[in-house]
Formats: sequence, C-alpha cells, structure tokens
Amino acid sequence: MKRYVVVGNGVAAVGCIEGIRNADADGEITVLSEEKHEVYCRPLISYYLEGKTDLSRMRYRGEDFYEKMRCQVLYGRKAVRILKDTREAELDDGSRVPYTELCLATGSTPFVPPFAGLDSVKKQYSFMTLDDALALEQGVNPQSRVLIVGAGLIGLKCAEGLAGRVASIAVCDLADRVLSSILDTECAAMMQKHLEAHGIRFYLNDSAARFEENTAVMNSGAVVPFDVLVLAVGVRANTSLLKELGGEVNRGIVVDERMKTSVESIYAVGDCTEGFDASTGQKRVLAILPNAYMQGYTAGVNMAGGDAVFDKAIPMNSIGFFGLHAMTAGSYEGELYEEKTEKSLKRLFTKDGLLKGFILIGCDERAGIYTSMIREKTPLSSVRFDLLKKAATTTAFPAEIRRKKFGGVV
Amino acid sequence: MKRVYVNEAWCLACHLCEYNCAFANSGLSDMVLALKGKPIFPRIHVEGDEKISYAVSCRHCEDPICVKSCIAGALSRNDGVIRIDRDKCVGCFTCVLVCPYGALAPNEKGVMQKCELCLENACGEPACVKGCPNRAIVYEERGEAV
Repeated sequence: MKRYVVVGNGVAAVGCIEGIRNADADGEITVLSEEKHEVYCRPLISYYLEGKTDLSRMRYRGEDFYEKMRCQVLYGRKAVRILKDTREAELDDGSRVPYTELCLATGSTPFVPPFAGLDSVKKQYSFMTLDDALALEQGVNPQSRVLIVGAGLIGLKCAEGLAGRVASIAVCDLADRVLSSILDTECAAMMQKHLEAHGIRFYLNDSAARFEENTAVMNSGAVVPFDVLVLAVGVRANTSLLKELGGEVNRGIVVDERMKTSVESIYAVGDCTEGFDASTGQKRVLAILPNAYMQGYTAGVNMAGGDAVFDKAIPMNSIGFFGLHAMTAGSYEGELYEEKTEKSLKRLFTKDGLLKGFILIGCDERAGIYTSMIREKTPLSSVRFDLLKKAATTTAFPAEIRRKKFGGVV
Repeated sequence: MKRVYVNEAWCLACHLCEYNCAFANSGLSDMVLALKGKPIFPRIHVEGDEKISYAVSCRHCEDPICVKSCIAGALSRNDGVIRIDRDKCVGCFTCVLVCPYGALAPNEKGVMQKCELCLENACGEPACVKGCPNRAIVYEERGEAV
C-alpha cells in the first residue's frame, strides 16, 4: 500500500487528494496543513471582508471531505525538511512521516521589500491567508485610513473588500498602472477610473520611501497619513524544501507536464511551481487557482500510478471590482482587434493564425469560448472570426464540430 | 445519464425555451407574474445566424473545467449533473471565463446560474424540452463519451 504525503492544504492539495483517490482507493494519505483551517480558497478572503461570504460558506469542500477521502490532516504542522534517502518528511515538532510519493503544494509567501521605518508601523498586515483577513478585520474600524502598498490583484481586491468598512483607502504601486501584470495601459486606466469613482485613491509610479509610524513619505515627496498598512507587493513561491534537496528550482519548483519535479517520487503543484505556459511556450509561474487544481489532480493521478498530463495551462484571470469585471487570458502579442464603448473595452490579439490572448472589460459574455480557442489553439481559418470579433458565439464554429458538441456527450 | 440535446435543423429560433426556463426557475406559478415586463435571465439561450439556430445550455461535461476552476467550491458534479450552490458563489465569473460553451451567466443579482436540468426546481423535467414546440430540444440518454 502506498503512503502519500501532501505538503499543503490549499486548492492544489485538494486536487492532488482527489486525483489520488480517483486512482487508488486504499493508499494512506497524510496532509500537512500549516494553517489551522480546513481547505478554503485564498481568493475568497476579500469577499469575506466585503460580506459576500462567511467562514462556513468559504469551505471549499463539504464538511466530511477529509473523512470521505480518508485523509489524515495534521493541522498546524509544517514540513521542515525532506529526507529523500529514507523517504520521510520531517515536521517542525521533530516527528517524521514516511512517504512513497510526496507532493509539494506549498504555495507562496508575501514578499516584503526592505522599507525604511517599516518597524515603526504598528498596524501592518499581509493579505494572503484567512488569518491575515481575520486580523485585518480586527484592525480596522469605520474611521480607519488605509494605505495599501501594491495595486496588483491582491492589493486591489483587498481595497474592494475594505471599502465599506473604513474611512479611506489609498493604494500605491511602483508600476505606472493598476493590475500591471494583466492589463495594458489603456485597460488599466479604465479600471483605475472605475476604482477612483468608488473612492480609492492612487499613487502610481510611486512607493513609500520611508514610514514614520502613521505616515508614509513617498518617493514623489507626497505624504500619506494612514492608520492601517497593508503590504501586497508580491509573492514568492515556497521552494525551499525541494531546493535543499538539490532539486531544480527557478522562480518556482520546475515541474514537467506530469507535475514531477527533478527529484524522484516528489511532485509539486500550484503556486509553488513553475510550469509550462501553453500560450507562449515559456516556463513560468502561473499562480492562478484553476491551474492549481488541475495541476494537483494531475499529480495525484500520477502519484497513484496512473498516467495524466496537464499541458494546457494558460494565464487567465477573471477579476471584478465594484461591479466592473475584467477578464484576461493568454498573451497580448500580434495583431489587435478592438471594440470600445463608454463602459466596455474588448481587445483580441491574434498571431500566426491563432487567437493568442484577450482583455475584456465590461463585456464578458461567453468569454470562455475565446479562452477555449487559446487553450485548444483553434486555427482561425477553421472558424468565422468575423462573427467572433463581434461576440463570443459557438455559431462561429463549423457545423460538424457544433453538432458534436451539442448533440453528443462532451 | 440523460442530457439536453438540440437539433439545429428543427430549431425555429422562437426563444420559447428561454422563457420556459426563466419561468420554471422563477419559483412562481403564474407565467405572466413571473416574466411580464421584466428582463429575463434564462439558463439556456438561442444562438445562430440567419440560416441556422439552436439552443445552448450546460453540457454537463464529464471533465468539467468550470468545477475545477470555481474559486468558491460552488460548482460540483453529482451523479453526472453539474450543480451550483448559489449561496457559495461570490460572483467572480471565473466559470464564465473557462466554459467553452458559454453556458454560465449571472442572474440579476450577479450570482452565477446554469442549467441544472430542472432537478432543483418544481418542474421535474427540463422545461425547455417540455415547452419546445418543434421538438428541437430533447432530453435523453445518448451514452457516455469514451
């Protein structure tokens, strides 16, 4: 009987557990959960602050999930070292858990640059985990002035979550625009305007030069008083367990399409990995939730002796603020097709006869049709792209394919 | 399992399926009260061009990418049917971003909804099928994909 050890207890870990159980009903599964919570989805923490969900509804799986999957979960326990010769994971209490197959689903950790005077700030928070969100919730009140460092996905979702709970919110970022990892200049400007209309203030191209207790002195010379500081500058993949074994690590743990690392019997999944981006053919960290689950599931099946491949990872994001949604996927290269209205912006990027990427703001209907074309590398010559430019519709596909999709089992 | 299938050749693009769907899921017993003068948010929609039309609803995929992508754990597959727990949905639209059929869309409150084969409402069988005047939508067993 196999003994599986899953290091981590997030969405990638759940994918792994479900993948294992799909192929092996009997093996022993031990889950090492550093956080003392059942699995929840990290992106929900902003919705928690906003009041759109609560602790009970945040549960990613049913209450009996671990029982049904016959997993032993060690809460509050952390793997500090892997002993590959004896195939054991050593925990922070000195105990050891033996494994035949081990999966690293260790996620990432907020990265805090060395700001001068940061120690003088009494109320400072990260925004990654449920405990972070609960602490932040305790730390704010309706009079709070909040400064968020980082105008990326995490920082801005935090701003939206806090908007109804505090007096004011300012966000700064070294980048010249909001959501710089997923939006180009014009799309970012549209989203920024919308956020500003909801009371968020921005200091872009700018960051804190130093902190003096409740004041940030910016590079630009601006002085921003605040009561609560949130640091959402970026994250780093947690790779040390594999690195110490001499395994291959770049910005994330390097995995192949079966989620194997360079170390025998060790797999890695989710935000801690660097995988293959099918839209560009490059290796990169694709820290997004759907990939985490699919990588996890793939690893699980392979750990249990099956054969699963996941080679269709592409960057994609669906993120909304105060009712305006932005959807993005793929890479923004090649020829641009654009449609603009007062309230929406659509950008489709084509190259080499393929749809390579898109940005959709305020016009997300059936966007998955576009996403699937990027993922499946659908040749534009096989579809009516003139129709697709106007709206995502399956009518653009050849009748034969359409009949198969809607007349058969998919 | 039984699924909803369409026959393009028979669809008249009358959009009755959309109205029957919205009514079946309204929780009301009077169609006029449920639909008259209101925007409707059906879980099936007619697509097509001047030559061909057909209704699209959830395919209840065997390997559902929406379930794998849902950030709230609100989508699940039970006995082959893709269900949505609308209490858990936070309206992030990730399912809209990934569904290759465009089969999920929000209701008037921004909460996602999709075809659940009328298993969760009082209709008992798919209302779109029952009300289709030309039998262009059927509910039947066509075997599982290999």
